[in-house]
Order: sequence, then C-alpha cells, then structure tokens
Amino acid sequence: MERDDIIEYSLDGHHSEEQGKKIRKKIWQVTALLTLITIVEVALGAYIKQGSGAWPFVKWSFIAMTILKAGYIVAVFMHLGDEKKSLKSFIIIPYAMFALYLIFIALWEAFATSDVLSNL
Amino acid sequence: MSGHATNLDVKTLWGGKESPFSTSYGKLMMWFFLVSDALTFSGLLIAYGFVRAAITDPTSGVQTELWPIGEETFNSLPFLGHGYPLIYVALMTFILIVSSVTMVLAVEAGHRMDKKGVVKWMIATIVGGLFFLFSQVWEWTHFIHGSEFGKIELSDGSEAIVHGEFGEIKSFRVESVVPGSHHKKGEVIKDDLMHSFQHAAENGHIYKGGIIELHDGTRAKIDKAPDHHVELIVKKSGGKRKIGDVIEGKEAIDLYYKSLYSGTPKVTYGAKWFEDGDHWLPAKNEYGHNNMHISFSLLLGFMAFMYFLELSLTSLFFLVS
Repeated sequence: MERDDIIEYSLDGHHSEEQGKKIRKKIWQVTALLTLITIVEVALGAYIKQGSGAWPFVKWSFIAMTILKAGYIVAVFMHLGDEKKSLKSFIIIPYAMFALYLIFIALWEAFATSDVLSNL
Repeated sequence: MSGHATNLDVKTLWGGKESPFSTSYGKLMMWFFLVSDALTFSGLLIAYGFVRAAITDPTSGVQTELWPIGEETFNSLPFLGHGYPLIYVALMTFILIVSSVTMVLAVEAGHRMDKKGVVKWMIATIVGGLFFLFSQVWEWTHFIHGSEFGKIELSDGSEAIVHGEFGEIKSFRVESVVPGSHHKKGEVIKDDLMHSFQHAAENGHIYKGGIIELHDGTRAKIDKAPDHHVELIVKKSGGKRKIGDVIEGKEAIDLYYKSLYSGTPKVTYGAKWFEDGDHWLPAKNEYGHNNMHISFSLLLGFMAFMYFLELSLTSLFFLVS
C-alpha cells in the first residue's frame, strides 16, 4: 500500500524566495510583539506586589496576556492560522471546553474541600 | 502561508480518496499529539491549583500567605545571587519563545529548499532547548538546596522565611578542641565554611556570640561580614507574630541571630527529602509552611520525571535519526 503520511514534506508546501521574505517578515513581527508583551508582564510583576490593591487587575491581565501570547504562537508559529476554519475549530473548541470545565470544577471542589478541612 | 491547506495534490489524499480538513495524515496526527500534550499539562497544572485552593490557612481562610509565593521563592540569578524576583523565570519563558521562533524559521527555510538555512536554525533551536533544560536543572537544584539564610523559627514559635544579602563568612578561629579533633587551638579555618555553617545551624550547633561546634567537637568563633537589607516574612503564626507579618531592619537581624545562635535546631535550608531517614516525603521546606511537603514532593518528583523523559526522548531521537 502506498504510504500517505510522508508525502507532504517532499511534494507540498514549497514557496519562492519572494514569498519567503513576506513570511519571515511576519515571523519577526510576531516575535517583536511577543517580546513586548513579555516585557510588560515582567514590569508589572516587578512593580506591583501580590496583595496590593491593583493585584487583582494585574492577575487577570497576566491571564489575558498569556492567552494572547499562546494564541499568536499557535496561530503563526504552529501554522494553525493557515488551516481551514473547520480544522481550527476542531483543535481549539474541544480542548477549550475541557480545560475551562476542569478549571471550574477543580476550583469548585477545592473550595468545598477547604471548608471541610477547616471545620474538622 | 505555507500553503498546505489550499494546494493539496492528488498524492496527499488519504486511503479513502479524501483529505479530512484538507490536511495530510501526518499533520493531523501531529495536532492530535499536541492536543493530548496540552491536556496532560492542563491536568497537572489544574491539580496543583486544586491543592493550593483546597489547603488554606485555618484561621484566615487565605491561601496566599500560607503557600510559597512565586516572587519570594524564585528570586535568584546564576552568578548574581538573590534579589531578582522572577527575572530568571521570565528569561526562561522568553528563551522558550525564541526557540519556537528559530524552529519556525527552520521550517520556512525548508520550504525554500534552503538546506543551509534549515541546519542553521535547527542548531539555534537545539541550543535554545539545551539552555532551557539546563536552566531548569539549575533552578530546581537551587530550590532543593535552598538559600543562605534558610527559614527560621523565631522565639515565639512562629516561622519566617528570610530575604536579604548574606554577609560572607570569612573564617572560623578555633577556641577549644576535644580529644580526637582535627584542629589546634588558635588555628584559623578557611575551608568549606558555608557548608559547615549550614550543617551546624541545622543541627543547632551554633551558640551565643557566634560560636560554632564542628563535626569533630571543635569549637570556633565565626568571623562573618554583616548582613544587609534583611527581611523576615512570617509563614507560620506563633505566640506573637502572625502569618503575613513582615519584620525589617535591625529587629529582623536581631531576631534571626537570636534563634540561629540559640544552640537548638531552628533553621531549615531548601526542601528536604527525608527526616531521620524514615519519611518518604520531604519533611521540611524553606519556602512556606512545613505541611506543604506533599505538594513539593509532587512538584519535585514531576520535575525529576520530566528531566528523565526529556533526556531519554532526546537521545532516542538522535539514535533513530
């Protein structure tokens, strides 16, 4: 039987020097953006202490910036952005549903466990 | 971009003469792997979140004061010492991002059939990966080994982690010897000072006025430079001080040395695996409440497992390819 799993790398996906230039430009732009976000995160972490009034804002902005970074890495560096919409949804939606539900239920159970432990 | 999705030719079709999502078999399987990898890490991180949220300080119900806090725990840089909260962690995640950049550049070079470019960017990726791996080894070794101050039990029974610049130990001047000692009275010891100091401190063999009792019973006067910017952060409440209290300045130094020089074991360095050889869990740790040992064993064990996995998988790939 003819193998259908290794063909892609030898026959498909070529591009010219001209197209390559564009692609590399995009890669470096995304790198610059990710660097910028990282610098903002470090600066916020360095200047705002846990427990201060602004901390809840910082905490949620960390989560938002991390998801933004992950999005760029997956979309551009891992090429998911170039795929068909159906493949994107097929990868992202089941994973997001599972992770969000697990976070919700684990924290919910953790608070209940905490109540039980402190009333022993 | 790389154009896989749009220009599939007839040879890319699967056995059933179709290509699900217009993609090749190999690529779809790679995504299956990535999703399963992401699920594994979600499971582990969320499990850690569960433990942290479930175990809270019984008096206040707050977990952040009881548990080690990232910037208090990871605040060292290689060769530069302490006082750089989370800088090394940030540097490491940045190196991780940069090595994904070099990887994607290698792929791009491959699409242009530029062999030299692929080799160049792949080497850069491997270097980045190794730097990250050895940074992890350094960071966790440092974590297990602990800081120069350690965690101290204060006179009221409270326990505090210690931040600051530790003054260098210059020498031990021998004051008295017992039969069988390796030293002579008046001798000045200059070797292995920090190790001997921490060993004696853990066992409560440092006495009032800065007298250290070494392994062989020799007693010596410690000559040590003063400490600076010392800060005690209380992690376990005692008779007088509560979780979250911060003590600074001269009071902090006085309290620290009152305990350290008390002649009883009051200090803990790093995260210890065993206590008296009969516990299979880390019995004590420097970073927070001692009862946190269970999650440390989970983290430390997991990290050790990951090193093993990464190293063996990497060697396997090199052998196969």
